[in-house]
Amino acid sequence: MADLQEIIQQAEQEISAVESLPELEQVKARFVGKKGLITAQMKQMATLPPEEKPKFGAKVNEAKKEVFGIIEAKQNAIKTAEINAKLAGETIDVTLSGRNSESGGVHPVNRTLRRIESYFGQMGFSVAEGPEVEDDFHNFTALNIPEHHPARAMHDTFYFDAGRLLRTHTSPVQVRVMENAEPPYRIIAPGRVYRCDSDLTHTPMFHQVEGLLIDESTTFVDLKGVLYEFVTHFFEKDLGVRFRPSYFPFTEPSAEVDIECVMCSGKGCRVCSHTGWLEILGCGMVHPKVLESVGVDSEKYTGFAFGMGVERLTMLRYGVNDLRLFFENDLNFLKQFN
Amino acid sequence: MKFSEQWLREWVNPEISTQELVDKLTMAGLEVDGFEYLGDSFSGVVVGEIVAAEQHPDADKLQVCTINVGDASDEELQIICGAPNARKGIKVAVAMIGAVLPGDFKIKKAKLRGVHSFGMLCSETELNIGEGSDGIVELPLDAPLGKDLKEFFNLDDHVIDVDLTPNRGDCLGIRGIAREVGVLTQQDVRFVEPKAVASEVSDKLDVKLSAPQACPRYLGRVIKGINPEAQTPQWMVQRIERSGVRSIDPVVDVTNYVLLEMGHPMHAFDLAKIDGAIDVRMAKKDEKLTLLDGQEVELTEDTLMIADNSKPLAIAGVMGGEHSGVNSETKDIFLESAYFDAISVAGKARQYGLHTDASHRYERGVDYELQRTAMERATELLLEIVGGQPGAIIEAVDKSAMPEKRHLTLRRERIERVVGVAFDDAQVEDILTRLGLGLTANDQGWDVSVPSFRFDIDNEESLIEELVRVYGYNNLPIRKPQGEMAMFMQNESRVFKDLLRDVLVTRGYQEAITYSFVEPKLQAVLEPNMKPLPLMNPISSEMGVMRTNLLPGLVQAAQFNINRQQSRIRFFEMGLRFETASGELEQIPTLAGLVAGRRYVESWDGDARKVDFYDVKGDIEALLNSTKRRFDFVPSAKEILHPGQSADIILEGKTVGYIGKLHPQIQQTVDLDLDTFVYEIDLEALSERDLPEFAPLMKFPSIRRDLAVIVDETVKGGELIDFIVKIGGNLLTDAFIFDIYKGEHLEQGKKSVALGMTLRHPEKTLEDAEINSVVDKVVAGLAEEYQAVLRN
Repeated sequence: MADLQEIIQQAEQEISAVESLPELEQVKARFVGKKGLITAQMKQMATLPPEEKPKFGAKVNEAKKEVFGIIEAKQNAIKTAEINAKLAGETIDVTLSGRNSESGGVHPVNRTLRRIESYFGQMGFSVAEGPEVEDDFHNFTALNIPEHHPARAMHDTFYFDAGRLLRTHTSPVQVRVMENAEPPYRIIAPGRVYRCDSDLTHTPMFHQVEGLLIDESTTFVDLKGVLYEFVTHFFEKDLGVRFRPSYFPFTEPSAEVDIECVMCSGKGCRVCSHTGWLEILGCGMVHPKVLESVGVDSEKYTGFAFGMGVERLTMLRYGVNDLRLFFENDLNFLKQFN
Repeated sequence: MKFSEQWLREWVNPEISTQELVDKLTMAGLEVDGFEYLGDSFSGVVVGEIVAAEQHPDADKLQVCTINVGDASDEELQIICGAPNARKGIKVAVAMIGAVLPGDFKIKKAKLRGVHSFGMLCSETELNIGEGSDGIVELPLDAPLGKDLKEFFNLDDHVIDVDLTPNRGDCLGIRGIAREVGVLTQQDVRFVEPKAVASEVSDKLDVKLSAPQACPRYLGRVIKGINPEAQTPQWMVQRIERSGVRSIDPVVDVTNYVLLEMGHPMHAFDLAKIDGAIDVRMAKKDEKLTLLDGQEVELTEDTLMIADNSKPLAIAGVMGGEHSGVNSETKDIFLESAYFDAISVAGKARQYGLHTDASHRYERGVDYELQRTAMERATELLLEIVGGQPGAIIEAVDKSAMPEKRHLTLRRERIERVVGVAFDDAQVEDILTRLGLGLTANDQGWDVSVPSFRFDIDNEESLIEELVRVYGYNNLPIRKPQGEMAMFMQNESRVFKDLLRDVLVTRGYQEAITYSFVEPKLQAVLEPNMKPLPLMNPISSEMGVMRTNLLPGLVQAAQFNINRQQSRIRFFEMGLRFETASGELEQIPTLAGLVAGRRYVESWDGDARKVDFYDVKGDIEALLNSTKRRFDFVPSAKEILHPGQSADIILEGKTVGYIGKLHPQIQQTVDLDLDTFVYEIDLEALSERDLPEFAPLMKFPSIRRDLAVIVDETVKGGELIDFIVKIGGNLLTDAFIFDIYKGEHLEQGKKSVALGMTLRHPEKTLEDAEINSVVDKVVAGLAEEYQAVLRN
């Protein structure tokens, strides 16, 4: 009997020295294989008296089980170690950048346009577009700017010939919408406009959004309401807003809208020429002559129009200090808005 | 319009600060661009007299002056001066010890080459009161000794600059601004009302109105024997200069003064140069006139002229002629004060490349009843300054052509309808009456008569605007917009531009916005067969024509960035291209892209591959997929593209775009260092998509069969797939290419194409025989159509 204990101890020792699964298999065969040491013990049974046989058999089986247990534990330990070793070999540098992660971006002007369209969209304004090479009628005459009107000189118009020009504002889109549909109208017209002017603060092309709301009971105080809402949402701030009388041939009464300077909170700085105010848009009640020129009854319908410069709003929103950057398409500039 | 605050306050003087005054003007629609205090610039400078001037003992160019500053100092001052005009007996500007000059320059006791100097004699430049000559200021000999120079120059004043809108021509003079300030501050205005001057000589010129529509009223007056030595008084020089008008001579200064004061232009002729009578007529064919500025202009027949019996004298309302202008020899003058119709004068100045104070006012309209007042005012001032004997006023008028006094109706109900709030009758009457409008109540509101100076008020809305403007836009409530809660139509089949933008942005593109007008040469390189639409007045030749495609701008954007060490360019732009191919201008919304350089951003894994055709085509396919429509790519013959790497994009048989590698020669011509791929697609083709349409899902498994065939290299993969789909029958649900091989083990000019096919039956599992029959049909078909050989 002492033999069995010795055999188990021997097995334990040998198994603990094993380092790989094939080695383990050999050890396993040597102890519990068909010709293994423990299996051999079974053979002794034949020599034993019958009454001892069951007891002896049970002991041998127990010993066999114990050795199997030790082998299995060793087997698991070796497998775990092998996996760990494999994983250790597969370690990568997780701080390196991912592959092809660069996404592009929308131009900052269009980023602003999207926001403007979304705010007015929520108020039920839909987007209208029109041609950029326009005719004199839609750009001027229909908007109550007859030939020789001093306002024409203010527009610095690019001409192609006597009748055709590059639109100086997106107001002609309003005229086209009114020509082709019945009121009420609730549209905004975003797009490129052109003025023959180029210096630090002017580019010969820029973007405007014009809005138009014509209905049976639209008034000047509604105009104030719409634009006040817009300014508050666009700048995400409850800014001071003032409506200043101005003049546009196509609106009457006309106003310019100033907001409290977003750079200095109205204290006065270089951006606002130390006035504390920034002019951001022009607006007014649509002139009856404009409605009449497109066949809308100005007694039945009233409404307002407004227009704003998209580059200017973008500059104020993001602190861009040079208008000309918008059309240079320098990736170092554009990527700042991604 | 720039003006002196002091001058304005002589007319109307509300008890408010300058800041409050300019705020009131701004908020009433007369936007103040800025205002400047004149007295800020220096202090401690007084009037002095040089009583002795001696050569400095140690310096050739310096003089040791003894200065008497009257009561300003107990004793005479010794001041060293280097100005060549410093001499005994003249009156000068003396900066005493402690004075501060512009630029915060403090005057201290100094020693110049061993001699003490107790102050400084100043030049105009040093005091910032003018451009000045080289030397020190020479003051009039009657300038009072010791007087503070700021007081002497009347510098306790602001110059206010109002940016007037074109409708407010009535405020292009102190008179108009004063009237406005009077209304806004509820103050009375002290209008300058000159007395009629009695005639002392009988000289007259006949005035004929040959173009009464353009000039229905013309006033003239002869003044004889003016003093050619007379000087414009300092107060007048100051006022006109503060309005930005240069002092020239007393007669011209007076006409300019009246223009600035009354807002009414005047002109003075040298009487001796006028032949016979005055004729206000249209220019004749081939007539020429040399103007006061020295330029000779060829007149067009639609130009209104002031002429005499033999020649033109002036362009009416714009500028006088050089020949008939007053100068230092002039003894007798003929003064003009006329009403010219705004529309007749409009645009004339610009036509001759001019812009004058007179044309600026006439184009906006002047008060048609002010001619006599202006004439009397000018006469009064001239007699005071240059003397002479006035003749009687000659007035030629065609009453039938004169503007009529305007009468308008203002309805109570309309005010509320436009503004959104009701006004008390008393408030309406108060504001409009103060503005000079005549109101008579009627049952709906008022009959309103408009004064001659407010030609901009011409309809009911302009009356409402006046009312609200003076009431204050900011005093009106803000009403949240009201309206029906109507949902607005959103067509699901429409592909919005923003969706396309997002597809490209996700694929790493940066959106560009480039100018719609481009350099003609560059456009010609990038679109050789179309004549672009040229601008008549481009900002520069580099922006001379409308783009016929979007490539010039994108190419320039690429150049700009490649030159700034960018190694990966992916741009797209949306905008109009301006095609002229059909003879008519077409403005076509276009999406364009330009890709050059690395496929991926440079990174640690060293994948430095450059983009190729299929990378870019993949981007386009991603765009096209958003429409769910079928587009075909066929080899393109576009000459700006690589002949072997370019395709036209076809939708329903129509070419809607192209993609390709820029032709190496073009790439070189436009100076791009990287191989460049470009594409353009009509946005219209991308603007609609088919709605998803459900098809029942298949329950039975699909079977895949692969085969490899050898075909001619020139056979197009896309065609092969189309062919297989066509002949494959209903069971074939998909066919695609998964490998293409050329080279070893293959005959020259051949390629091996590995094809994958998916087969499926909607109602059962396919049997081998059915599958083989389809595959055999495909193999046989390919053999027949493309001489394809199965590869082992």
